Amino acid sequence: MTPESTTNGAAGAPRPRVNVDEYLILNKYAVDEENPHIRLAELPDRAAVERLARVCPAGLYRVDEDGVPQFDYAGCLECGTCRIVAEGGAVASWRYPGPTMGIEYRYG
Amino acid sequence: MADFDAIVVGSGCAGPAAALELARAGKSVLVVERGTFAGAKNVSGGRLYTHALRALLPDAAASAPLERRIVRERVSMLSGDSATTLDVTDETMRDERHESWSVLRARFDPWLAEQAEAAGAEYITGIAVDSLLTDGSRVTGVRAGDDEITADVVLLCDGVNSLLAPAAVGAARPRPDQVAVGVKQVVALPEQVISDRAGCPDGEGMAWLFVGDATHGRVGGGFCYTNRDTISVGIVATVSDLMDSGDVVTQLLDDFTHHPAVAPILRGGQVVEHSGHLVAEGGYDAMPPLVGDGVLLAGESAFMCLNAGYTVRGMDLALAAGQQAGRSAAVALAAGDTSAAGLAGYRAALEDSFVLRDLRTLRRFPHFMESTPRMFRDYPGLARDVMRELFVVDGTPMRRPSKAIGQIVRRAGYLGLAKDLVKGVRAL
Repeated sequence: MTPESTTNGAAGAPRPRVNVDEYLILNKYAVDEENPHIRLAELPDRAAVERLARVCPAGLYRVDEDGVPQFDYAGCLECGTCRIVAEGGAVASWRYPGPTMGIEYRYG
Repeated sequence: MADFDAIVVGSGCAGPAAALELARAGKSVLVVERGTFAGAKNVSGGRLYTHALRALLPDAAASAPLERRIVRERVSMLSGDSATTLDVTDETMRDERHESWSVLRARFDPWLAEQAEAAGAEYITGIAVDSLLTDGSRVTGVRAGDDEITADVVLLCDGVNSLLAPAAVGAARPRPDQVAVGVKQVVALPEQVISDRAGCPDGEGMAWLFVGDATHGRVGGGFCYTNRDTISVGIVATVSDLMDSGDVVTQLLDDFTHHPAVAPILRGGQVVEHSGHLVAEGGYDAMPPLVGDGVLLAGESAFMCLNAGYTVRGMDLALAAGQQAGRSAAVALAAGDTSAAGLAGYRAALEDSFVLRDLRTLRRFPHFMESTPRMFRDYPGLARDVMRELFVVDGTPMRRPSKAIGQIVRRAGYLGLAKDLVKGVRAL
């Protein structure tokens, strides 16, 4: 295991080398553009967002170069890991996407 | 008078099993599934131990759309670029009673739902249950969009993220140490190529589990199941351990699929899906109450999942528990008492079945894994070093194997090793 294979250091924001978006575009989604089913807190704790960045299997949580938390619900796999880690904290609210919206697994 | 005798929330494994039994008992039952079809939201590793499917559907089980019968078991310890592997083939894996099959849920779950429908269950898909209707502590139905549908009993088979279980039975949101995050990719390859790489005949395949550097030594592991014309490959990592680590789960997966022990079986394949799922790993002690007034829980909503390290199970527990939930609900309906007391037969029946017996047998195992990081961090390297001692021949005079291996094991500490061994055996 090399240091750069994980993050740029335990203290820094997680920066995986893998580009998960290349995988997410293979999935089938019906994105509910008007209604985010997961809402990030307005001023989330940066360390909390870094935690979410480590555990989200879709890599939807990021802390950008300027230390600003980023989140995009569109690629959500609906696993609920962020709910377990941060609901009521950095994750202000978590629910399932509306009927027929969100991911549609073709293999599962 | 309620709209239905029973409403089942969720069409995975537990839901259709419950609906099937209720329909067989002549009860009116409605299954509500939020996906556009049964299985659209469902993910598993996945391997199904089919004993529970045959118990539910003795005649139809053989025609279930499963992928490959598993006839080869592999367990590998990964350390750096190395792998130390146990590879088991055994004719008993073809014994119908012992069979397990690789499975893709978007193919299997619609078939299972069809079986419940054929038995008389009503289905609505593409509708999410937003909340439960209650009368005091009693669950009396479901609210879905603008519709309110009532029933004498509601069965929550809505998965590991049941947003209804807290209101139904006071279930707490699971803690990060009680769940693991799974991330999986499905990789397409020609059927013949998969057979050849797994060393199995067409129609049969391999289950391969990994510990150690599959998760960079974190608590968890990797898996690889051969399907008919795809391979499911992924990792599972305990959330509490991962969230404060220096690792990122998506990078762990990418490193795993590129590991020299894993990459060859996937070579030339196309990733066709990337999925995620929360795994209920807390075991028996993390389970919520299974019964409330007018409500039952079965499957992952009730944390019915077993990880013994070398086997991982959930779907057979869900099928059996769902079947029992349907039976017990039908009995309670016939007796006219679907209160928690009237439904108590469900828990009692599960206590007698493999479902709660196996969960209780392994109740100390989740804590053992979590409290023994050496299992994931140190022992795979130890195994690698011992194997190097045995297999490397380069013309330097060899040391007595017993002495050389003794030195390697001593480095890890006899005492710690012995303690972990005793702890592990006790936990099992």
